[in-house]
Amino acid sequence: MDQGLSGSAALLDVSGVTLQYKTREHLITATYRVSFQVRQSDRFVLLGPSGCGKSTLLKAVGGYLPAVEGSIRLKGEIVTQPGPDRMMVFQEFDQLLPWKSVCENVMFPLMASGKLGRREAREKALDYIDKVNLTKFAHSFPHVLSGGMKQRVAIARGMAMEPAILLMDEPFAALDALTRRKMQDELLQLWDDTRFTVLFVTHSIPEAIRIGNRILLLTPHPGQVKAELNSLARTEHDLERFTQMEEKINTLLFADRVEEEETARE
Amino acid sequence: MNDATRTSPPDRPEIFYRPTPSDTSGVVQKPLSAWERIYNIPALRKFALLVLLALIWQIYAVDLGNQLIFPTFSETMQAFFQGIVSGGLLLKAWTSIRVLLIGYAAGIALATLLTVMAITSRLGTDLLETLTAMFNPLPAIALLPLALIWFGLGEGSLVFVLVHSVLWAVSLNTHSGFMSVSLTLRMVGRNYGLSGFAYVRQILIPAAFPSILSGLKTGWAFAWRTLIAAELVFGVSSGSGGLGWFIYLSKNLLEIPSVFAGLFMVILIGLFVENVIFNTIERYTVRKWGMQL
Repeated sequence: MDQGLSGSAALLDVSGVTLQYKTREHLITATYRVSFQVRQSDRFVLLGPSGCGKSTLLKAVGGYLPAVEGSIRLKGEIVTQPGPDRMMVFQEFDQLLPWKSVCENVMFPLMASGKLGRREAREKALDYIDKVNLTKFAHSFPHVLSGGMKQRVAIARGMAMEPAILLMDEPFAALDALTRRKMQDELLQLWDDTRFTVLFVTHSIPEAIRIGNRILLLTPHPGQVKAELNSLARTEHDLERFTQMEEKINTLLFADRVEEEETARE
Repeated sequence: MNDATRTSPPDRPEIFYRPTPSDTSGVVQKPLSAWERIYNIPALRKFALLVLLALIWQIYAVDLGNQLIFPTFSETMQAFFQGIVSGGLLLKAWTSIRVLLIGYAAGIALATLLTVMAITSRLGTDLLETLTAMFNPLPAIALLPLALIWFGLGEGSLVFVLVHSVLWAVSLNTHSGFMSVSLTLRMVGRNYGLSGFAYVRQILIPAAFPSILSGLKTGWAFAWRTLIAAELVFGVSSGSGGLGWFIYLSKNLLEIPSVFAGLFMVILIGLFVENVIFNTIERYTVRKWGMQL
């Protein structure tokens, strides 16, 4: 039961991470001493209002940004640069390579990282394209797909690599509400199938509760951890519990601000 | 009562429809008419335009009736075919094209070097920007006297001015294409673990391809112009001159239809490169990828 043991230990260990970036005039602290741990098969959600540094944090885990303070370890090894063991799914629809068909887009990282040969990559790609219900479009080019379909390809591409952790940066934020809901359900079904580990960034409280099993709440300016909560169980569909959870997160995120304003008034 | 209607709209029942089966709803898809389909072929549209232009030319020239100033289309065609049959014109065209291809290839190679330097270091960017700002506005023909001193009366001088006319246009476009590759695509490429040459070849070049292609097109046009002009200026080089020389010679012999035939050849080659070669490249790349309509 080696799997069971490593499953309980942290897969991703973020400890005391401070992130800063420079604009033309300022040095901005995006997050301040953020710590959390993601375990195998977690659906870990980073939730917070805009400006809380959640996307910056995800980029740091992706290896695009060095930590000023603290460390990010994946399977015990410090993250220094981007790599295919942490596949990213971005918010933008233009993340697919326009010069490759859907199938080639999914195959490309498999081959570029030297993981598989052309034939095996093709098989695996078609397999995952089927999982996201896009078999009919496997040989189409990205520009003929709708936004939701492009995001499904990006998810298939990320999952086909079978990365240690899948990083998703508000992947459904640019979709309309109906498509968004459908994509959330599909993602959960995929998780039921393969139990991948995912780190998911969102600013939507309902999305966080629906997608995550564990939710990290961040407050803005600079981003700091407010709480780490357990979400509802995957099978639980109790509307009342859902609303309670929503309320709880709302209070946690915004209660201070009301107090601050009140004290300011006095 | 007035108040009540103002605050809330009257209750309406919910309505449900049953979708009608599609075969009763009339025409959903209908083939285009024959005329529309013919009109949709771009090559045919362009050909019709060319025929129209030739017609206007012919009518105007017949009306003018002066072969020494403006020969008719049919006289030009006659001179053109005569030139081809006697062998001179095709050979001269080939002489021009060969020199052109050498200069074009050398220009692109240098442009590649310059842009790779520009994207890998900030100093390289500065170098590219300064050099293009300095030399791009300088007409290649203006360098010809110098080239003649440096490389002598021959192919070397021609290649030199050709490189000058291609290099700046191509590197400027390629560089701006690289600069405008979206941040998301760059991050995707690095996410796959690509770096260095593989990153440039597999991500940057295809992503910047629309700009690169337009640079290549501009470079081609510049090169062609420069070459014909240069040949007109110093004429024959090694044994047989090019198209510019043919035009120059025909003018001196007052064979104006042959001058037109030479110009016609230049135009014909230009049309071929633009509509066949570049068009094919576009169809199989940027248009297939949806990066350009």
